[in-house]
Amino acid sequence: MNLFTSTLRVGVITASLLAIAGCSDSDNDEDTQIVVPTPVQYTYQVTVTNLTHAQPLSPIAVALHDSDVKWWTIGEAASDALASLAESGSNEALLSNAALFASAAGSAPVPPGESVTLEISVDDIANAHISVATMLVNTNDAFSGVNGVDLSSLEVGGVYRRSAHVYDAGTEENTEAMGTIPGPADSGEGNSEGREAHNVVTLHPGVVTASDGLTTSVLSADHKFDNPGVRISITRME
Amino acid sequence: MFRSKVNLNFMSTLAISAAALSTASSLQAAELNVTVQNLTQGIYFTPILVSAHSSDASLFELGDTASTELQAMAEGGDISGLVSITDSLSANNLTNPAEGLLAPAQSTQGMLSTDDGNTVLSIVAMMLPTNDGFIGLDNWMIPTEAGTYTVYLNAYDAGTEANDEVRGSGMPGMAGFPVPGRLAPLLGEGGTGLNATIANATVHIHPGNIGDDEESGGVSDVNNTVQRWLNPVAKVTIVVSE
Repeated sequence: MNLFTSTLRVGVITASLLAIAGCSDSDNDEDTQIVVPTPVQYTYQVTVTNLTHAQPLSPIAVALHDSDVKWWTIGEAASDALASLAESGSNEALLSNAALFASAAGSAPVPPGESVTLEISVDDIANAHISVATMLVNTNDAFSGVNGVDLSSLEVGGVYRRSAHVYDAGTEENTEAMGTIPGPADSGEGNSEGREAHNVVTLHPGVVTASDGLTTSVLSADHKFDNPGVRISITRME
Repeated sequence: MFRSKVNLNFMSTLAISAAALSTASSLQAAELNVTVQNLTQGIYFTPILVSAHSSDASLFELGDTASTELQAMAEGGDISGLVSITDSLSANNLTNPAEGLLAPAQSTQGMLSTDDGNTVLSIVAMMLPTNDGFIGLDNWMIPTEAGTYTVYLNAYDAGTEANDEVRGSGMPGMAGFPVPGRLAPLLGEGGTGLNATIANATVHIHPGNIGDDEESGGVSDVNNTVQRWLNPVAKVTIVVSE
């Protein structure tokens, strides 16, 4: 397995060297022929499994980007784009960032116990970082995912696996009240106005639920969750 | 605490002597000293199965339906089905090292000699009081390098029984959880039942106990200030020697 992948890798490097050599030779030639190096495509398959008891996941957001992009930092305020994902489940704002190399979006929510697989590709960038994000929709602003994993050492056929924590975007109070939760437990509104007082991203403290004494909560015992919330597996295909 | 530390050192010494005696054995086979510690405050583990087996088999798979053997373990603490299946796959098993319940904060340990090809380690045990909660280690690659390794385990929900949190049966498919004599005085009674349906029928991360504070009646027979947990729920220390 290892031998096979390293042979492939050597093959790719040799091909680009030849292309460059071809270019410089053609400079001294009368009939100039421009040799365009064949782009090297990096394709990753991302599988997200919902490990929660009764929290559907909003359509998954996946992006490839450089090391400057960070979708969240614990202890810092969430971006408006992350707040939108964590409060309403919409991945649109996160993925419309022009700085991303590539993006992929799931087409539907992922029910508890189920998995979804997305593919994402980029040309000629060997050291892309990958981020994955999704909302636990029966909450006020809980999300999970991975944040800027460096893919440069992932060889073809290699797999990177991570069980991810559940985070609190810190942008909406965890009232669990009727009308504030977009998931099927409530079908309330997603985005809330402004920011809550505690305006930083943290690990999520969990939901309380009406079963546990929060009488104004629309959630029940089934909606409780513990870490990890999702399992993410990234395979480099080419 | 002090006592278990002494025990651990004693067992490590044993492991080293065992390794010295077996240097002639095959390269892939290993001697493992496995310690399982219950990290919870108020949850008991029923008989533990530690199994070294080939990597193409697994005791459970997240997001998949539980096998009937896993269900029997998760609902009633009965590991016999998993033992026969793993035996038939030529696994090397350490069965019930605690000889019964492993109480909160307690440790148990045992030795396991693995044969060639049995390259991964799995561990399961039911958690009480839960309906179908269990501690799980799924196909952990046994290191080929001698040393001491630590793994923390999460609590899983087998997805085979509604989490009603009341006294009942340990038989697969029957409601409620079994109550060994030792647990009887620690539980409430007469709860009406928390959940009547299964929200997620695959193996997944357990949402945790709710419980209530009523000794008699209420919705749950679980004590809500003691019989809860957050992951991780168990610490496994594996000493590998060849």
